[in-house]
Amino acid sequence: MSERKLFGITVLFHTPDEIIHAASKVREAGYKNYDVHTPYPLHGMDAAMNLKPSKLGYITLAFGLFGAAFALLFMYWAMSIDYPMIIGGKPFFALPAFIPITFEVTVLLATLATVISMLAFFFKFPFNSHPLHDTPYMKAVSSDKYGICIEADDVLFDLEKVKALYKELNGQNITEIYSSVVEPFKIFEPKFLTLLTLVALLTSGATYITLNKLLYITPFDWLMNQSRVNVQSKSTFYADGFGMRKPVEGSVARNFIPYEYMGLIAPVVPLSNTLIPSNDILSLGKKRFLTFCSPCHGNYGDGDSRLNNQFPNPPSLHSEKVRGWQDGNIYHVIVNGQNVMPSYASQLSRDERWAVIHYIRVLQKAKNASPSEIIEAKKEILSNVAK
Amino acid sequence: MSQNDLVYQKKNLPDSLKRLGYLLLVIGLALGVAGFLFDAQRALFNYLLAFIFIMSIAVGSLFLVALEYIAGAEWSTPIRRVPEFLASFSPILIILVIPLLLNVHSIFEWSHKDIVAGDKILTGKSPYLNTTFFIGRTLFSIGVWSLFYFLFVRNSRKQDVTKDQLLTKKNIKLSAIFIPLFAITITISAIDWMMSLEPHWFSTIFGVYFFAGSVVAALAAVTLATVLLKEKGFLHPKMNNEHLFSLGALQFTFINFWAYIAFSQFMLIWYANLPEETYWFIGRWGGIWSYVSIGLIFVHFIVPYAVLLSQPAKMDQKKLKFISIWILCARVIDLYWLIMPQVHSAKAGVLTIFFEFGFLIAAVGGFLLVFYFNAKKHNLVPVGDPKLEKGLNFRL
Repeated sequence: MSERKLFGITVLFHTPDEIIHAASKVREAGYKNYDVHTPYPLHGMDAAMNLKPSKLGYITLAFGLFGAAFALLFMYWAMSIDYPMIIGGKPFFALPAFIPITFEVTVLLATLATVISMLAFFFKFPFNSHPLHDTPYMKAVSSDKYGICIEADDVLFDLEKVKALYKELNGQNITEIYSSVVEPFKIFEPKFLTLLTLVALLTSGATYITLNKLLYITPFDWLMNQSRVNVQSKSTFYADGFGMRKPVEGSVARNFIPYEYMGLIAPVVPLSNTLIPSNDILSLGKKRFLTFCSPCHGNYGDGDSRLNNQFPNPPSLHSEKVRGWQDGNIYHVIVNGQNVMPSYASQLSRDERWAVIHYIRVLQKAKNASPSEIIEAKKEILSNVAK
Repeated sequence: MSQNDLVYQKKNLPDSLKRLGYLLLVIGLALGVAGFLFDAQRALFNYLLAFIFIMSIAVGSLFLVALEYIAGAEWSTPIRRVPEFLASFSPILIILVIPLLLNVHSIFEWSHKDIVAGDKILTGKSPYLNTTFFIGRTLFSIGVWSLFYFLFVRNSRKQDVTKDQLLTKKNIKLSAIFIPLFAITITISAIDWMMSLEPHWFSTIFGVYFFAGSVVAALAAVTLATVLLKEKGFLHPKMNNEHLFSLGALQFTFINFWAYIAFSQFMLIWYANLPEETYWFIGRWGGIWSYVSIGLIFVHFIVPYAVLLSQPAKMDQKKLKFISIWILCARVIDLYWLIMPQVHSAKAGVLTIFFEFGFLIAAVGGFLLVFYFNAKKHNLVPVGDPKLEKGLNFRL
């Protein structure tokens, strides 16, 4: 035991008032190297120990300012110089949008710097074998007691005098604390070096296997691999090596029945409308008409679209000629095109073309109805409303 | 030095304070009335500005009193009489509001029936923004403040004589009722008296913005009064710098809170960029107003922040005095920025500036007088409060 060095003498008190009184007495006695340990911060302790305000605040301030400057400058560089991008119509250097991030980086850096420097400079991290650790004293002051420890390296330290001071202050559990003797750790010991090497080998091996093997194991095939020829992939079956093949000559795609009279002036055999007009058919016709026909022929087929006078004027669908046409002739024009009008075969399916023709007939009827017919129609509407 | 040497002795505030108060009141009122003769509409807005300045300090102080009770704070007990005295303006608000209520028609656009009828938005808001309901809300708010002022102060003063601890408990219960009511009344006051000056505009955070500014102003007024009284020895001799530090810290907190709220309001509107919201800020961006808008950031946030940042500064009486006066001025600029752009008066000129702050000068005089007369009748320290002893022994 004789080789162990005396670290200090500790004493315990029961109430906060006692400890504050004791701390001020210890300070008045002239001791410098002493510390007070309490389970929670005590108001008035700074004054009793005559502590100067902590220097930690300067580190917080410096890193806070650095964080603010860094965040602002970085965003300025990234958003207005290196990769300027318009976001929401705001200027490149959109200061109000940058403020929250600046604020956050300021707080983040200030806090991290404070905590790290507190650990590094004030707690002398990594310093995990303080003599007071693992003593009954530390257990007491971290639950419900208040303690003082005067350290042995104080200039005024004298074992008997300190004990007398403690007794005078009515302190309990006066204990001498000895520093434990710690042998310096030998880094070049063969055992330790072997361990290091093993750890290094194991880590590299595990990393290699993970990155190169484990990551490439496919647990399930899902639908990625199927026994068919993918688009644009090579075929080993055909001599020319093309995976994608042309359809057989003369094959017709579903719903794409070719029109026999393509390129002729009129259909050779009169065609008749294959659909019976119904509400659904007429509304489909109206929808398609408004999408594909109305841009030129106008919403009501008058040929009065906005293309008027900018283009060869589109003809009205209410002319004597068109009204006299059979359905098959209109169908022919839709599929084949006429004059400037291109073919709409690829936009409108067969049924859709016939539906459009029904709708055109409705428009023609509405536009050219005789007064008696209008009266009849109105009567019908009224009776429908009455129902 | 025995404990008995350090007891509070009641002293009257000097008569010079009363004289100064009357002088400021008379000068201010004279200037204000002259302004009224010169340009009645502008003078009404100046009066509104002074009224809201008084209201925010009085009601903010009342909030601080309630906060002390409900939080069980001990450090502020020795200086609680200061916010109590400042809050004694709350019942007087009932008289001060009369000129405004008589002139609702010349201040608020929404009180014009013909304009509202031709405006879809104002018609939609008319169930809330109409003269009858408006007057009702105003009287309700002032009524709540006055009622709780009387209750708090009555209990607090009774305690000076009876030293009854139950009175503190009563006040704690009262604060628990008062604080939610305060949140409602201060929000509707902010919306009614300031936001509705531009009735098409809206901002849901406006009430919080006004609350933050009010508490900052009330804290500045309390700090200023406390430092001055402490210097002249009117407070308890055991009061020390650590009480001032706490006031400074609270001021610092609320300065930050104000800035946070003000920026939140601005950034959301700036980012969304909707014309129905942005025009309020655009109106504060033309001509000389842009300097006021930018200046407000520096005056109301950056300067007080920098001054109050360090620990020694919060204990320094000179710095605290300076920054409290600074913050009160910043509060005036903030309110000026909120209210005055809504004046559409053609008679602007050098003369206007001469009359502009008449009512505010009168308000300062009013505060001095209220303080003087309260201090004459009542103790400046709540000598019967059970928390006083602990409060005086407060150490950081």
